[in-house]
Amino acid sequence: MRDIAVVGFAQTPCVRETDGTTNGVEMLVPIFHEVLGGLGITKTDIGFWCSGSSDYLAGRAFSFVSAVDAIGAFPPIAESHVEMDAAWALYEAWVKLLCGEVDTALVYGFGKSSAGQLRRVMAMQLDPYLVTPLWPDSLGLAGIQARMGIETGLWDERAMASVAAQSRSAALSNPLAQLSGEVDADELLNLPYVADPLRRHDCAPITDGAATIVLAAGDRARELCERPAWITGFEHRTDTPSFGTRDLTTSPSAVAAGKAAGADGVQVAELHAPFTHQEILLRQALGLGDDVTVNPSGGVLAGNPMFAAGLARIGEAARRIHDGSATKVLGHATSGPLLQQNLVCVMEGRE
Amino acid sequence: MRPAAVVGTGQTHHAAKRLDVSMAGLCREAIDRAMADAGVDWSDIDAVVLGKAPDLFEGVMMPELFLADALGAVGKPLLRVHTAGSVGGSTGNVAASLVQSGVHDRVLAVAFEKQSESNAMWALSVPTPFTMPVHAGAGGYFAPHVRSYIRRASAPEHIGAMVAAKDRRNGARNPYAHLKQPDITVESVQASTMLWDPIRYDETCPSSDGACAVVISSEPTSGQAAWIRATAMRTEPTTFAGRDQVNPQAGQDAARALWKQAGITDPLSEVDAAEIYVPFSWFEPMWLENLGFTDIGQGWKLTEAGETEIGGRLPVNPSGGVLSSNPIGASGLLRFAEAAMQVMGTAGDHQVDGAQVALGHAYGGGSQFFAMWVVGSEKP
Amino acid sequence: MTRPLSAPLDVGFDYTRSLGPTLGRFLSDLRRRKVTGIRGSDGRVHVPPLEYDPVTAERLSEFVDVTATGVVRGWSWIPEPLEGQPLDRPFAWALIQLDGADTSLLHAVDAGSPDQMATGTRVRARWRPERVGAITDIECFEISDEPADPPAEADEVTMVTTPVNLHYTHSASPTEDPFLRGLMEGRLIAQRCPVCEKVYFPPRPACPVDGVPTTDQIELSDRGTITTYCVVNVPFLGQRIPPPYVSAYVLLDGADIPFLHLLLGVAPEDVRMGMRVEAVWKPREEWGPTMQNIDHFKPSGEPDAPFDSYSQHL
Repeated sequence: MRDIAVVGFAQTPCVRETDGTTNGVEMLVPIFHEVLGGLGITKTDIGFWCSGSSDYLAGRAFSFVSAVDAIGAFPPIAESHVEMDAAWALYEAWVKLLCGEVDTALVYGFGKSSAGQLRRVMAMQLDPYLVTPLWPDSLGLAGIQARMGIETGLWDERAMASVAAQSRSAALSNPLAQLSGEVDADELLNLPYVADPLRRHDCAPITDGAATIVLAAGDRARELCERPAWITGFEHRTDTPSFGTRDLTTSPSAVAAGKAAGADGVQVAELHAPFTHQEILLRQALGLGDDVTVNPSGGVLAGNPMFAAGLARIGEAARRIHDGSATKVLGHATSGPLLQQNLVCVMEGRE
Repeated sequence: MRPAAVVGTGQTHHAAKRLDVSMAGLCREAIDRAMADAGVDWSDIDAVVLGKAPDLFEGVMMPELFLADALGAVGKPLLRVHTAGSVGGSTGNVAASLVQSGVHDRVLAVAFEKQSESNAMWALSVPTPFTMPVHAGAGGYFAPHVRSYIRRASAPEHIGAMVAAKDRRNGARNPYAHLKQPDITVESVQASTMLWDPIRYDETCPSSDGACAVVISSEPTSGQAAWIRATAMRTEPTTFAGRDQVNPQAGQDAARALWKQAGITDPLSEVDAAEIYVPFSWFEPMWLENLGFTDIGQGWKLTEAGETEIGGRLPVNPSGGVLSSNPIGASGLLRFAEAAMQVMGTAGDHQVDGAQVALGHAYGGGSQFFAMWVVGSEKP
Repeated sequence: MTRPLSAPLDVGFDYTRSLGPTLGRFLSDLRRRKVTGIRGSDGRVHVPPLEYDPVTAERLSEFVDVTATGVVRGWSWIPEPLEGQPLDRPFAWALIQLDGADTSLLHAVDAGSPDQMATGTRVRARWRPERVGAITDIECFEISDEPADPPAEADEVTMVTTPVNLHYTHSASPTEDPFLRGLMEGRLIAQRCPVCEKVYFPPRPACPVDGVPTTDQIELSDRGTITTYCVVNVPFLGQRIPPPYVSAYVLLDGADIPFLHLLLGVAPEDVRMGMRVEAVWKPREEWGPTMQNIDHFKPSGEPDAPFDSYSQHL
């Protein structure tokens, strides 16, 4: 197989609400400029484009179509789109590069969650016959999962609050974070529940944002980047949607993806965990020990641009290779209710 | 890039309303047929790719999630492609790339649409603030461009009716087609209601429930194989100053890349059958030109001469095409699957004799997303 | 700079879903105050019944009767219910393992207070008096050791209607905003791409060819040329004028891209590509931030534009 690396990454600030449209153009134009400019290339140097976004997040059909205006897609481009987090668009682009026809790909994801009522929108992902008609909200479902873990002894509310405090503290070094600061976990426990046993700090904020990654193969990657983040394992798996039939305190798909991608020995992991207990669950599922630095960016608890957040995790992890602070890192993305789909991208730096 | 082949195809009986099945049941009807055709079991499938047009059609956000059990995707990688109307084609191409790249050995590609869950006209025209409502309805978007084509190519008026009559007669030979009209004639098409002048009722595609599935493999599983000789995808913006809406550059570029990769220098003589995405009859001559089968302005002459009939120089849509069945998200994969069936010799009553090389084509959005493949009976 | 205009966007539709044999059996039975599960490949009884097995992907078919009483296996508390949820007062979401089932069903529990809820609590279905064959035939569950109401006769169902009502705020782009504000004053404001210098009307968030925001504002007249058109003869949902009428691409003088609008004041058979037209505005008091301020276009009486003058806009 060809060697392929993440060579560039850019993302917008994570903000509670942007002024722009739901088609992402206003958010994408500056980050395309940033990522291409940083590499010293232009759009004509990109061999394949792939994006991730959601019509239901935007509230209308074909919402991704106008996003290509941000590229300036004429002359025409080789392009594809997944109705998933853009981490899966990165996967599609990686496969495309493995085929050997092209040497570079630009991947992007965008989401304006503030346009709708996110808790209700996410109910549209559930079984449309027997579950969505009850309008279970994303916080209510995650609350059930959190309680099951608490009652099994896998975590407790104190541990969950510590994850939130750790995220806010780490995000102090991330100028693009939406939430950051030094908070005391014990004080967080004094706050009211939003979906008992979840408190506000246990849930990722509502965020508008976009992210982009440039992939390159072989010598092209070495030309573009001093320390490419070489992809050594890239795997994703799916669990049953029938969450009443499975053990919600673990994630078979995360376990399988982590194992197949070779998560052992990573120094840094960026986990896409929209709820505090899910960070603990994922650490366990991926076998990440105490020596692994988790979410140095603050993770999605510090800013969660839907459909871009998983891609941004891989970008944030790759950044630690680019800046020389780590030699083996992991980026994780999730999709679907209660961690139904999980993706793991392991990257390494080479001398 | 290692070779990959279609080793099994399956589709549903397409109909306006498949009220006998759920969405899962609809998908499985196609999947079970494709897996039986390929002679494979669930343990043989490494990954699943699902394609579907806008989620608003079925009112489910990312339906592949709730369908994961029915798709046999539990414990496996599952991708969801959405590239507007071309999505069925893109689904085939993405599934092919998963095998060609060496990542997987066997991949299941599935595409579906259950239009009867809602109303596509509604879903595509939810009134958006500040946006001018289109006063024209579904065909009204494309009808002005058809008029432009007729003017530019100086095409005679009956060409559209000829395409419609041919595709519906072909559909009558396809057991899975939604519309089967063996007795349709050019005259009866011309006598049908003018909906969006210059497009008549009989020249428009139906609204269908349906699904399609293909198994793509690095090696034959049951003997038959349609080897994927080339794939191409191109995109351009919906509108921009000076855009050619009749003969979009993205389609031309995709076709050029496709023929080059397939080693085809003269498509008209080297391709034995073409399944082209023709939702309105006039798009047959338009796409014949866009794909490079003829020179600009000459596509209608191929149609008029009867060369796109089964038995002609280039049979186009022997299955009956989109004009006979249109489960939107699946329509592109149906084109790709029907092309594979032709070179595998499994097309039954609509088989083109001796077909060895075939084209599958899909487009979507405002004629701006293109996905295509060429399949052949010989391993490359 | 002021924020771009925004307005509500509601997405509402009553989806009509055919059920097939498994879901159809389950919902028909709910209508009869009965709960039916299905046996999976590993012997577990799944409630609600699964159409396909999560382990083997095989189609499941062995129905098993269970009761409408069971045990809470996991729960969360919703202090502020959202639109569409089973209860409009604080309630619990719970995974409930019904007696006779091995897996759990998601539903609401009307417990009054989180203090009443615990994993292991026994609950029973509270049936809705009027049942239609939907998961909402169970209004919710309630804490009780008693059996639920006994079964009743009801006809089979094969379809379920599931209403979806979502509410969004749709924003214009910063480049579109001056155009919309111009319309409120009866002015047609286009923007020019700083790279290719093409004039976009309506303006776009970015030039689709160059990927940069359009910048210079240009005011256009309300006259132009029909590039191409179709005659609409078909009635459809949401139509506002009786057919036949003409939907036409209008290329305003000075613009580099045509847009679709209505052409009236001329018989459809007399419309021609290249016809010169002018805007007919609605009364000023009806104006808002929309192109619908122009009621329609009508022929201006000028000679037709030559084909070459607009052929590159087809």
